[in-house]
Amino acid sequence: MDASTIIEILNSSVRLATPLLLACLAGLYSERAGIFDIGLEGKMLTAAFFSAAVAVASGSAWLGLLAGVVSALALSGLHGVASITFRGNQLISGVALNFLAAGMTVLVAQSWFGQGGRTPSLQAGARFTPVDLPFARALADTPVVGPVYSGFVSGHTLLVYIAVLAVPLTWWVLYRTRLGLRLRAVGENPGAVDTAGVSVIRLRYMAVAICGVLCGIAGSHMATALQAGFVKDMTAGRGFIALAALIFAKWRPWQALGACLLFGFLEAVAVRYQNLSLGGITIPVQLMDALPYILTVIILAGFVGKAIPPAAGGIPYSKEA
Amino acid sequence: MGAPGAATRGQTAPAIELRGISKSFGPVQANRDISISVRPGTIHGIIGENGAGKSTLMSILFGFYRADAGEILIHGRRTAIPDSQAAITAGIGMVFQHFKLVEPFTVLENVILGAEEGALLRPSLRRARRELLRLEEEYELQVDPDAVVGDLSVGHQQRVEILKALYRNADILILDEPTGVLTPGEADQLFRILARLREEGKTVILITHKLREIMDITDTVSVMRRGEMTATLKTAETGPEELAEYMVGRKVLMRLEKNPARPGKPLLEIENLRVTDDSGVERVKGISLNVRAGEIVGIAGVAGNGQTELLRALGGYAEATGTICIGGKRVPLSGPGADGGARRRAGIAHVPEDRHREGLIMAFHAWENMGLGYHDRPEYRRGIFIDNAALRQKTEGRIRRFDVRPADPWLPAGSFSGGNQQKLVIAREIESDPDILLVGQPTRGVDIGAIEFIHRRIIALRDAGKAILLVSVELEEVLSLSDRVVVMFDGRIMGERQAAATDEKELGLLMAGVAQGDPA
Amino acid sequence: MRELPQWVDVIVVPVVSLLLAAVISALVILAIGEDPVLALQTMVSGALGSSYGWGYTLYYTTNFIFTGLAVSVAFQARLFNIGGEGQAMVGGLGLALACLYLPLPHWILALPVAMLAAFIFGAAWAALPAWLQARRGSHVVITTIMFNFIAAALLNYLLVNALRPPDSMDPATAQFPGGTHLPTLADLFAVFGIGFAKSAPVNVSLIVALAACFGVWLLMWRTRLGFALRAYGNSETAASYAGISPYRMIMVAMLISGGLSGCMAINNVMGEAERLVLNATEGAGFIGIAVALMGRSHPVGVILAALLFGFLFQGGAELALWTSIPRELIVVIQALVILFTGALDNMVRGGIGFVRDVAHTLREAPERQGKG
Repeated sequence: MDASTIIEILNSSVRLATPLLLACLAGLYSERAGIFDIGLEGKMLTAAFFSAAVAVASGSAWLGLLAGVVSALALSGLHGVASITFRGNQLISGVALNFLAAGMTVLVAQSWFGQGGRTPSLQAGARFTPVDLPFARALADTPVVGPVYSGFVSGHTLLVYIAVLAVPLTWWVLYRTRLGLRLRAVGENPGAVDTAGVSVIRLRYMAVAICGVLCGIAGSHMATALQAGFVKDMTAGRGFIALAALIFAKWRPWQALGACLLFGFLEAVAVRYQNLSLGGITIPVQLMDALPYILTVIILAGFVGKAIPPAAGGIPYSKEA
Repeated sequence: MGAPGAATRGQTAPAIELRGISKSFGPVQANRDISISVRPGTIHGIIGENGAGKSTLMSILFGFYRADAGEILIHGRRTAIPDSQAAITAGIGMVFQHFKLVEPFTVLENVILGAEEGALLRPSLRRARRELLRLEEEYELQVDPDAVVGDLSVGHQQRVEILKALYRNADILILDEPTGVLTPGEADQLFRILARLREEGKTVILITHKLREIMDITDTVSVMRRGEMTATLKTAETGPEELAEYMVGRKVLMRLEKNPARPGKPLLEIENLRVTDDSGVERVKGISLNVRAGEIVGIAGVAGNGQTELLRALGGYAEATGTICIGGKRVPLSGPGADGGARRRAGIAHVPEDRHREGLIMAFHAWENMGLGYHDRPEYRRGIFIDNAALRQKTEGRIRRFDVRPADPWLPAGSFSGGNQQKLVIAREIESDPDILLVGQPTRGVDIGAIEFIHRRIIALRDAGKAILLVSVELEEVLSLSDRVVVMFDGRIMGERQAAATDEKELGLLMAGVAQGDPA
Repeated sequence: MRELPQWVDVIVVPVVSLLLAAVISALVILAIGEDPVLALQTMVSGALGSSYGWGYTLYYTTNFIFTGLAVSVAFQARLFNIGGEGQAMVGGLGLALACLYLPLPHWILALPVAMLAAFIFGAAWAALPAWLQARRGSHVVITTIMFNFIAAALLNYLLVNALRPPDSMDPATAQFPGGTHLPTLADLFAVFGIGFAKSAPVNVSLIVALAACFGVWLLMWRTRLGFALRAYGNSETAASYAGISPYRMIMVAMLISGGLSGCMAINNVMGEAERLVLNATEGAGFIGIAVALMGRSHPVGVILAALLFGFLFQGGAELALWTSIPRELIVVIQALVILFTGALDNMVRGGIGFVRDVAHTLREAPERQGKG
């Protein structure tokens, strides 16, 4: 395996990790605030469709992104109404939203474009294209630095850089701002927030909204950067891998980056080598596919440091309790 | 509205004054026409049993509930408290019984939560640290600002709660059952802190059901009973006996006619029993006790002194250490064989204190509830099946014998009144033909007519030669039912008396934790 | 607001939820420029208008009865088993192994043996999530989701690499031997001289599914174990007072639930495909959630809800065939049913309570006026 192959795999790891990372951070905001969200998948899928659809119609990737974010926000709002206002079951609401997304995207796609539940392919202008960082050309021929900087660091789409920047930003918001303190508090003990005179409901809606925005970017990335348009069920379980990564990272931002890169890497390897052979042992591609889930179950089992979710997660808040 | 009367007389207005506060939840009147007035710079106690309406009153003061009628005056000014933010703004700080702390946060983070200055944490934290150190100094409330709250002892967590209130410039501090979770040492420290707060001019309202605390620390005291304020007194001019009388009240109870007990051999022998609850607090601290055939042993005590945990351990669903012998045979106290089913097979029946959460399944039909705890009994067992017909038949008989109304075995348990629910539980447990009956709060929330009925049944069981252990916070109930009375205080037995040879006064002192010979 | 009587919760809430779902679906159909009435007509005639349509409707119903029962049993013990899909896949694997490698000369013998294998495999796939919940407190929802994906990968691997006949390109097992073929409903009806569409896949599994409903009813409401399960599901504190072990209840409920999901394989794998193919479950495990919520976790409710979804599934296929409405419409309906019955149920209840109170006031108003 030569250096360029390695760079290539790393590149695709990053590309594939990006939607995972955005969705994972989305889930982090929501779950840190005490609202379980197994509907990440549905929000991504919805955003993927609407971003592609609007990008096709307008020829603008940015308008597509906006549409993706708004559509994911709408689903977040529904999740909020069900789980915050009406104090319903958050898990069931998440399941319902996933199905709603799976069905509606195809239905609307068929109605708008009539191509069997997909959008037409996006033209170059309607997609997010790779961005060359400064000096990428100039440094390309420098040994070591050149391939790494020009081949790996540079040349991704804008949304990839946004996702990577979202990690320190999330960390900063969570641990260095008033909003972060309150969000973390409301996921651990909403009673503490309420008796401190802060509205639990408003905070949780805010968390759910941030979750929607990030899922929206994640879905838009899939349809307008990673691929050129929407196809039926294109998220293919990535929302659940993001959920797994969130647990794997124990609900912490930097660890989320690590987990998503790992899972992105597994996917990149699985895509490139159908059956990876390592010193005589052939690792089937299906094992690579399942590895994120298997690793997460091992973490959940508590054999490698227990993953403890936010204490108030999943429980509707009432003052009397 | 003109200026409030107190202020015009040139005196300082009361720090807090309630006028005619009433609040009901559906048919339940939790607070009825409550009025109190607390002078600034004093400690005022509110005492009453569980369910007397103290917590509702507090929740109204802190903006959790809105009163149906009445008004609140803070420093003479009428103040609406629609939410917690308003209460905080009015200068009210609240220390809840179950702390409102974020366990993974540091002390500092907990203190500033909701009272941050600006969107960034760093400057807030810096300022709060200085302020916190000053408060700690001023009120002798030392805690490490960087300690993680979950790692702190309960006593220190409580200090954090007080600091939270002080940081928000509270000058009225309300504490709800603050010593319930504290060791005696920690409680003493808390009282020193409260005295210090009073010196600094703060007003403290202490809500408790412990007479001793009222006597130790308060200047004035109000007694609540069944939603009403039954008395407001100067602490110096009253004593635990009088307060206990106001608290327990004089219920119109018929004097129970019962024959003298003819106790036989001990059926239940408890030796050095210790029970620790889920949060790691030792609730029962080495209790030794015998109950003999044909006698009723009553456990008196203010709620929360370990009676609940004692019953749960005896009933098989709280782990314990020590020994329990049933009919001379030791039973396991933890691990396999330590569950409600095994205890029942050994001859124990149990009327739990909390019929809503434990004694009944509200969604189950009355007849299904007759199988709760007994579904594996031979009389209901037909191979892997359960004999529903037998259960229904049993239920019909029990409904008749215990006069349960409406006499409908198909009604869900939740649709019966409190008294009839309790009759269902008592019927099930008494008619399971136990050697030993544990009874917790047999008449809580039960109407007068049913109380007498239930009492007679318990006495009849005693006369049939069974051993009965009764736990009740109703002193009069314990006195009239029991043959022997044991008083529990802080997880220990404070004393034992023959029921015929003691009275409410003597027991009240023991319940207040005053050992014989101590000055009250 | 007063509490609603039980019959409202059992009957009115699901029916109102269904109506809400139907109205919204009709609006969706209108919005995409189609005719909702025509759509309904197409679905009814396609799913119920012929014995062929009925044959497919009942075939899907059979699948959903199994998965709906599975989710219901777990719900009764207050556990949310979202892993029916994975458990059904692995159940299919167990069934395929039994059919392929055990000597089963006649379906009378093959059915119980294969069903047992399917049950055991499905239960085994639920066992680890159950144990993790009971002993480690890991949320069963999260672990069963993970196990769905792991099951899909496992099956994919086995079908591609191990079970695929060497001469086939298809990721599927070989055809099951003839002795394991189940009689279709047409075969059974023929015995009585009743004509039924021969090409419809509905088979003897439907009868087994109905028997399973009876079995689950018997289990939950007539056995001591069922009593304990329901007691645990209704009140953990009362169960612990009664001496019912939470560990045992979680394990038993999840094993039965997983086993029932696995048993679906007798219909889709053994009865229809007669070999194990990729994605044989077609999402039936997830529809089980909607069926259980809609059927209020009761076997009778499950039968009715499964029939409804069977109708929707077949009707949806017809819709895709004859109109330009894709069959994903039924996924939307499914989502709305889950949303209204499972997550927005407080809203639905509140709405019903409000309507009742208003009606009550209106009815009393004239009387009061009369008196005044």
